[in-house]
Amino acid sequence: MTRFLRCGREAVLAEVDDLDAALALYAALREAALPGVVDLVPAARTVLIRLDPAVTSPREVRIAVAGLTVGAVDRGFVGTVEIPVVYDGPDLADVAGHLGISPADVIARHTGAEWTVAFGGFAPGFGYLTGGDFDVPRRTSPRTRIPAGSVGLAGRFSGVYPHDSPGGWQIVGRTTATMWDLDRAEPALLVPGARVIFRAVPA
Amino acid sequence: MTVLRTGPLTVFKDAGRPGHAHQGVPPSGAVDRGAYRRANALVGNPAGAAVLECTLGGLRVRFDGPVLAVLTGTDAVLTVDGRPSDVEKVVSIPAGAEVGVTQPRRGLRSYFAVRGGFDVSPVLGSRSKDRLAGIGPVLGTTVRITDSPVSEPEPSFPVGLGDLTLEVDLGPRDDWFTAAAVRTLFSAAYVAAPASDSVGLRLEGPALERARTEELPSEGVVRGAVQIPPSGQPIVFQADHPVTGGYPVIAVLTPAAADLAAQVRPGAQVRFRRARLID
Repeated sequence: MTRFLRCGREAVLAEVDDLDAALALYAALREAALPGVVDLVPAARTVLIRLDPAVTSPREVRIAVAGLTVGAVDRGFVGTVEIPVVYDGPDLADVAGHLGISPADVIARHTGAEWTVAFGGFAPGFGYLTGGDFDVPRRTSPRTRIPAGSVGLAGRFSGVYPHDSPGGWQIVGRTTATMWDLDRAEPALLVPGARVIFRAVPA
Repeated sequence: MTVLRTGPLTVFKDAGRPGHAHQGVPPSGAVDRGAYRRANALVGNPAGAAVLECTLGGLRVRFDGPVLAVLTGTDAVLTVDGRPSDVEKVVSIPAGAEVGVTQPRRGLRSYFAVRGGFDVSPVLGSRSKDRLAGIGPVLGTTVRITDSPVSEPEPSFPVGLGDLTLEVDLGPRDDWFTAAAVRTLFSAAYVAAPASDSVGLRLEGPALERARTEELPSEGVVRGAVQIPPSGQPIVFQADHPVTGGYPVIAVLTPAAADLAAQVRPGAQVRFRRARLID
């Protein structure tokens, strides 16, 4: 069931029950390419639909979205990305301690999970990944600089820092994959709906 | 064009880069869209041409050849070899002249357009500098002027910066606040804080109390969104806002009010008024 929330004159916020429903609505909206819709922002249980008021209106978009057929989507509907990781992060031992398992088990759990990009938002190219069996707190004091390619955990999410940036996630490894490249047609390696597999590689 | 001085903050801006939110890229664009469009129209540029957004004046440049230029958005004016022009008046600049942007007494962000537009490379389809995402062209010491097709300049509009009452539509999360908080939003005066920038206009005043205290899962936000963090002090998102926000948005400015907000200077007082509902 989609609920429409007023969000000014140049957008509609569609709220659904959970992440799967949000990804399904997002997939249907991408497919429908409604006239005047200029941007889609999927999130944990919403999709923000930005519109061009010269072409359409919030009311027209609400009507069009209510008329869409939204199917169940398989996660991974925009493809699968494999990310090689050297698991030598500074917080690997802390994460293992917090979960009461060995560092090797942390790696097995991280590589064994089928992750999905739920949504972005922190920085260009950053995807919040769900689907793993983790629940770890953020670091009590964030680091001022985390190198690009750092693989982290926070709450139930995993993610890869696309740029050098400050951050509070627990860093368990690093990848040489380029998460963000303006010379690619799609600069972000991870986009909402993509399936992600982490693979352990030697240093 | 040779850049002699940039002043406190001068960046390239245009109509923005919609369509990349799924990659985590915000729309950005000119903070005062109305003044941006006016600047291009006044010199006959195509609608999406790049201009310079100049916060609190201070820009000084020199042109190798003659150009037509205009400054919009505030009561700041262009000076040509020290001689000031009129507000939002198109100026014919001779080759070799030194052009300056004065400091505005009213308003904050001025838009400097030259006929033809600035020839800078787009990033993801836009020539806007997004300070939050770190995307967009950098203002170097020399800039080429495009000789792209231009149309007849349009007549000027007056600047109106007197009324700092910002019209909003409630939602999407007004139901997360107490009825008293909504009344306060429409009755209290707020003061713009010095930490305001092109990402957000930060306001100080009576705190707005939440009715629902659980954490809101992050959701997409728009320009003009009035977000209320735990402090209860409103932040009005401007052009360079992040793609998503984690605090509830009580109301959203109308597009015209978002342009007005772009010109609110630190220390200025603003109020909110409910816009007439249209659908």
